[in-house]
Amino acid sequence: MAENPLSMHVKMEDFLPASEEEKAYMVQMRPSSTFFKDGCKRLFRNKVAFISLIVIVLITVGSIVIPMIWPYSYETQLGVQPGRPVDASFNNLAPMEYSRSEQAIIAEGGKVFPHLFGTDAAGRDYFIRVVYGTRISLAVGFFASVIVLVVGMTLGSIAGFMGGRVDLFIMRIVDIIYSLPDMLMVILLAAVMRETLAPVIDGTVLARIGSNIISLFVIFALLYWCSMARLIRGQILSLREQEYVLAAQATGAGAKWIITKHLIPNCISVIIISTALQIPSAIFTESFLSFLGLGVNAPMPSLGSLASDALNGITSYGYRLVIPAIVISLIVLSLNLFGDGLRDAFDPKLNQ
Amino acid sequence: MDSKTLRYIIKRILLAIVTLWAVITITFFVMKAVPGDPFASEKAVTPAAKAALEAKYGLDKPLFQQYLSYLNGALHFDFGPSLKLRGRQVTDIIVDGMKTSAKLGIIALIIATVTGILLGAVAALKRNSIFDKIIMVITTAFVSMPSFIMGTLLLMLFSITLHIVPANGAAKGGLILPVITLSLYPMSYITRLTRSSMLDVLGQDYIRTAKAKGVSERNIILKHALKNSLIPVITYFGPELAYIVTGSLVVEQIFAVPGIGRAFVSSITGRDYTLIMGTTVVLASLIVIMNLVSDIMYKVVDPRINLE
Repeated sequence: MAENPLSMHVKMEDFLPASEEEKAYMVQMRPSSTFFKDGCKRLFRNKVAFISLIVIVLITVGSIVIPMIWPYSYETQLGVQPGRPVDASFNNLAPMEYSRSEQAIIAEGGKVFPHLFGTDAAGRDYFIRVVYGTRISLAVGFFASVIVLVVGMTLGSIAGFMGGRVDLFIMRIVDIIYSLPDMLMVILLAAVMRETLAPVIDGTVLARIGSNIISLFVIFALLYWCSMARLIRGQILSLREQEYVLAAQATGAGAKWIITKHLIPNCISVIIISTALQIPSAIFTESFLSFLGLGVNAPMPSLGSLASDALNGITSYGYRLVIPAIVISLIVLSLNLFGDGLRDAFDPKLNQ
Repeated sequence: MDSKTLRYIIKRILLAIVTLWAVITITFFVMKAVPGDPFASEKAVTPAAKAALEAKYGLDKPLFQQYLSYLNGALHFDFGPSLKLRGRQVTDIIVDGMKTSAKLGIIALIIATVTGILLGAVAALKRNSIFDKIIMVITTAFVSMPSFIMGTLLLMLFSITLHIVPANGAAKGGLILPVITLSLYPMSYITRLTRSSMLDVLGQDYIRTAKAKGVSERNIILKHALKNSLIPVITYFGPELAYIVTGSLVVEQIFAVPGIGRAFVSSITGRDYTLIMGTTVVLASLIVIMNLVSDIMYKVVDPRINLE
């Protein structure tokens, strides 16, 4: 019987359970992606950031591994050996050049590990000094940023959560420190603290790191937490007012749920990005101070102090300045570019 | 000027005053915290002579009284005698150094600002051209290079290898390299700043309106685009000066320029505490005042901006 197209008659087959085929149609074809995975995908698609990441990883791994396997150490003066007169032919070797005693060994058929970048005025292998200096600079940059992160996060979240007078007090201090000329204060504090700290930490584990690096960390903790604190306070204040937090509260979510599921995931990308961008600026500051003679304690090298030392012999040994200069520029450049890439990939507000 | 702007300006001036006070106070107490006394290096100082020296420099008085007289001196731009350079007043040393440093800094400031704005504007107008790309690559490299590295590389290239300019900053034409060194970083920064803000402005509706009205290309660029895109550049004046001041510390060291930056560095290595305090306070005041001026200018130029 032909069906009347205007019939209101209910068809029974419309109420049959869906077949497997129909069910499969509704299943999402691709696995659901998290915010983190999305960000990583965006990050790796960004060629500049990806290359920078490779450069950073190579430099970091190299600066950790190479000193372990290299036959020379950063502080050994090759010409000075116990029981023998000082062999001055080890000093100021050009790249790939050998000292007299090493040439004698080679002439007899022995093998001597080459000095890739020559040696410095005190007869120390320059290549390993550059590698070690890179390690120190990277470590200083990394730990300084972590310190800034911890101090800034603590004070920023206290200001954000407590509000009222505490907030006002912390933010006024931030205002003042923010308007202080940071570099001048850093130089001043570095100059004074290396004198006052040295006797205090004498004999402890800290003395091995050196009073200058410790004072550098203290300075970072004192002066550079402001922007991080401001950032985190702002994040907390604005996130608390978001509709989805209100919605979560309305559906009965507890404080723990809101903090772990809403506040932290939304803050974390901003925090990581600004910490990543803090590292190159800390390396910058350390090298600047080292150049002025306020950086790491001798004989420990950092890229800045190597450049500073090389300034004396600039006419004859220019390459000793160029090498740390290139390394430091490369590190800062790739960290900056990677930080930018990280920001583009993980800052959800920029994606809109 | 409405009352809100005025209130902001007053608040900002108060903050600057508090900052200056903080700088003076921090320098004073930090210097007092240094172990050992400033005369420790003198050869065989008898207790009587030491007491006389301390009395002369007012070091025998209680700390708070010393602080007050120091504060008073700082307000009158009087920082007492230098501890290491016999018979010279800190103020005289600063004024002497300032003559050279101000010349260096002002030329660098002007060069950086003018070339930065020009390059940035051209890069934005010729967006994605080869010129734009080259500028972006070069400026990215320059902002990643510490000033002391830039300075020493320029010194090696132009003075030691090519012998074009003298390496000594005190010689004739010796300020050329220091000026270039100091201006490259702020120039690159301003270029990038101008480019991005110009691109932002060029996408605004009023540019399209002006085009639709038939305003000439030249007038659109000069009267609308450039003028509006310079607003963010104004905020950079404060940090720019701060960079030039701190940059001059190393640049004067590298090129042996007899300026205030070199005096500051040598006062630190020589532990000349009165000179350290004097130079810190003067340079810091310079930076704080410049930050104040650029903030106020920013607010006055564009009253819509809410800086609270």
